[in-house]
Amino acid sequence: MATVALSSIAKSFGPTRVLGGVDLDIADGEFLTLVGPSGCGKSTMIRIIAGLEHQDSGSVAIGGQGVDHLRPHERRVAMVFQSYALYPHMSVRQNIALPLTMSRLRLWQRLPLLRQLSPGRREAMRAIQADVAAVAAQLQLEQLLDRKPAQLSGGQRQRVALGRAMVRSPDVFLMDEPLSNLDAKLRVHMRTELAELHKRLGATFVYVTHDQVEAMTMSDRVAMMDSGMILQLGTPSQLYEKPASLKVAQFIGSPAINLLPATVAAGGRLELFGRPLALSVAPEAGQAVTLGVRPEALALVQGEPGGTGSAWFSARLRRKENLGSEYILHFELAGRDASGVSMRVSPAIAASVSEAAELALGFDEAACHVFDAQGQRIEPRGQGSATASVVPLRA
Amino acid sequence: MTLVLPSPARVAPAAGRRLLLERFTGLGFALPALALLVLTILAPLAVLVVLSATNYEFGAVDMDWVGLGNFQKALADPIIRRSLLNTLIYVAIVVPGGVLGGLLIAVLVHRRGKMRSVYEVIYFLPVTSTLIAMATVWQFLLHPSLGPINGLIKWLGFAPVAFLSEPTTALATLAVIGVWQILGFNMILFLAGLTAIPRDLYEAADIDGCSGGIDRFLTITWPLLGPTTMFVVITTMITAFKIFDTVAVMTRGGPVGSTEVLLYNIYLEGFQYFHTGYAAALTFIFLAVILLFSAAQTFSLDKKVHY
Amino acid sequence: MSGAPLPAQAVTPAHSVLRRFVSMALVHGVLVAGAIFMLAPFVWMLVTSIKPPAEIFSGEIALWPKRFYGVENYSLAMEKAPLLRFALNGVIICVGILAVQLLVAIPCAYALAKLRFPGRNLLFVLILLGLCIPVQVPAMPLYIALAHLGVLNTYFSMMVPFFLSVFAIFLFRQFFRSFPDDIINAARLDGMSEFEIVWRIVTPSAWPAIAAFSVFSAVAHWNDLYWPLIVISDAKLAPPPLGMMFFADAESGSNYGALTAAATILTAPLVIAFLIARRRFIDGITMTGVK
Repeated sequence: MATVALSSIAKSFGPTRVLGGVDLDIADGEFLTLVGPSGCGKSTMIRIIAGLEHQDSGSVAIGGQGVDHLRPHERRVAMVFQSYALYPHMSVRQNIALPLTMSRLRLWQRLPLLRQLSPGRREAMRAIQADVAAVAAQLQLEQLLDRKPAQLSGGQRQRVALGRAMVRSPDVFLMDEPLSNLDAKLRVHMRTELAELHKRLGATFVYVTHDQVEAMTMSDRVAMMDSGMILQLGTPSQLYEKPASLKVAQFIGSPAINLLPATVAAGGRLELFGRPLALSVAPEAGQAVTLGVRPEALALVQGEPGGTGSAWFSARLRRKENLGSEYILHFELAGRDASGVSMRVSPAIAASVSEAAELALGFDEAACHVFDAQGQRIEPRGQGSATASVVPLRA
Repeated sequence: MTLVLPSPARVAPAAGRRLLLERFTGLGFALPALALLVLTILAPLAVLVVLSATNYEFGAVDMDWVGLGNFQKALADPIIRRSLLNTLIYVAIVVPGGVLGGLLIAVLVHRRGKMRSVYEVIYFLPVTSTLIAMATVWQFLLHPSLGPINGLIKWLGFAPVAFLSEPTTALATLAVIGVWQILGFNMILFLAGLTAIPRDLYEAADIDGCSGGIDRFLTITWPLLGPTTMFVVITTMITAFKIFDTVAVMTRGGPVGSTEVLLYNIYLEGFQYFHTGYAAALTFIFLAVILLFSAAQTFSLDKKVHY
Repeated sequence: MSGAPLPAQAVTPAHSVLRRFVSMALVHGVLVAGAIFMLAPFVWMLVTSIKPPAEIFSGEIALWPKRFYGVENYSLAMEKAPLLRFALNGVIICVGILAVQLLVAIPCAYALAKLRFPGRNLLFVLILLGLCIPVQVPAMPLYIALAHLGVLNTYFSMMVPFFLSVFAIFLFRQFFRSFPDDIINAARLDGMSEFEIVWRIVTPSAWPAIAAFSVFSAVAHWNDLYWPLIVISDAKLAPPPLGMMFFADAESGSNYGALTAAATILTAPLVIAFLIARRRFIDGITMTGVK
């Protein structure tokens, strides 16, 4: 088992800079997910850890030891590819056995013709077969060992790829979007399986995905990346509850966070659509800030708005989206054509409103996030800070 | 089900006309090709069958039936037996040399980045060059006293070799030129095959421990190139069986018959001596050998390349 | 299932640099050696073609002549044989063959791929059979027929065995089969005749295959010796390979300066075409080869 330490990793492909000096320390046995939009550099990161790609500068250490000069198989890492990269001409058994034959047999024991002559080969092969069988049993692949990859379903191929990674009991598992080729139902199932596998093996997992749900559900910690930088590193709940920037806030959470433009009035007090809020920011924050309100932090204001002293704005209900256990209500803001807001409600509440109705939406200032013009999180001060206890608006 | 389907009787006339039109158009489009097929392949083949059973000589007024006599004569003819053997030896050098050479170069050139296109051009150059013209140059290169190759051999302190006028070396020398000419072609075919192998597989293999060139080649490249290899082997073999140009220009079958090959003998018998009937029989032997070897290759390799 | 632990200390940074260097040196060593083998005849051809006889016969290995003799060698070669005529003949027969091949093969391939007509399967079987028969096989009956018609020693006699390319039909059929039926049906609804569909809809879409085949055909017939050798005895009609042979015979192999000059002139057109349209050539050969 091992830690993984990246220090100031930079990488460019031609004129395109894909990683701009990234530092990242991954603890022993941790499940760390690199998440971000496509092209953010997360795949390049994992490929640099694997040794498939070479960084322009910076260094990689696995288990406290520099590995920059080591080739991929010398780094004691295993990787599961997005395409699974199973060897199409080999059976499942041979696919899983390959890492072992490579490490346990010498070159001349693997060469055709010559290998029949070597003495220790038979015993070594028997040991390899036993290990393959053990892994196959863990993944319920026993029935499939003699099939070729072309004869397997997507989920089965996925398990073979996992088996090939597990069989050498590596210190670090690298997974590059391993679930993205599966259908939605199987993906949900595999999320659980992977999380359990991680618990059972106790190895360090580095997992790359563009799907924030995968990141949130499986990881110990998540590193959100964009444009070759880590925007925020933390536990899933930290990323959700205290996003460090607008980009993180927008990327994490579904439906996406609602963004509302607010202005900074005299004394740093924030105003939303001309109405003052119980929030204020330091004067250096600038003239305009963005408020982020999660869909579940919004609530319908019952009765006369503003009466409770809480923040509110009016919006027209455009569409109700039925998810079964809950509804997502989509609103458009009066006088603002482009932006809309969405809100998560129970079916009962959804039934109480009708489409095209003009409604007042309220929220608790303590539950909203404030970002400056550069998109960085700023902590509001004064009346609206987290300590101020405001009765949550819940219908 | 009360779906109202148009009754067949009502559809028939229109559909029938449509079908008829399609048939005539199809026939019309195929007609020129069919006519040429008959005129330039099928009819000549039929004539060839007839000729091979006669002692017809071009220009003669009459001819006699000899049945299978021409074939018996050919198989007993020491010249033909030798030329068949020579052809097989030539093929036995050019096929492994051309295929393995092309494969080696393709594997080395593949993913070479900037240098790849330079190497590609260099190795492909002989494919586009006129072999007859280059044969003349080779003749000079290999000249016992004036050629630079023997110049090099002498400089190294060995006795010069008369590559083309020595019965022991002439055929092998032609085979080397054959490899020279076909290597680039095979390289390009193998490169196309290599491009089709997903990069992921090499990366997976890299992580699994196949980092050495030999391991990568044996684990991934060679098995996945199976279909390409089969194709390259067969095309190379057919090309090699058709060796004619270099023999006609450089050795004319000599020295002492050491480079007599099937096609050259067919040419001599058919178009120089005008033993037309006999040459027809030889042509069938030539065709039979090519088909036999291609079929054998296809069957023996076919089992291995499917996964 | 414990993977054999690889002692990481065994591989030092210096080691890995050395390893990479040695493998690169090996790879380029092999490639350069091979490249020399491939290029040597071309280099020697060019060098010899500008050397005076005295230097050629001295047997010295020199990559540059002491005295530039190119003008003399090339003008002698041009004087002794109509080399440009040979090249022109090559162009004429290549263009002629290709034009007829395309005109015949494209409609036939379309019919085989998209139309139902009686005998279609039989025709396709015959085409496949034709693929297995080298041109040298029907050569003799064709020769006798052409002799009887009195058309030996004509461009026509040189081109006629190649007018039908079963290979082109096969290649284009494979290509046309993947052409969407919907587009053809839409064109039919728009009132296009089948003839127009072939030439205005389907053929343009097969442009890569046609270009590929054209390259393949031109390379094959520019360089063909066997058939011209049989039907042509008039040097004025000789295509490049036959012309080269006539020229070498006339010079009886003695004047290497002029010989290599002639070889250069006759090899140059196709090689230059290759260098200009390198990708097309390589793609063409690849596509026609792999299909």
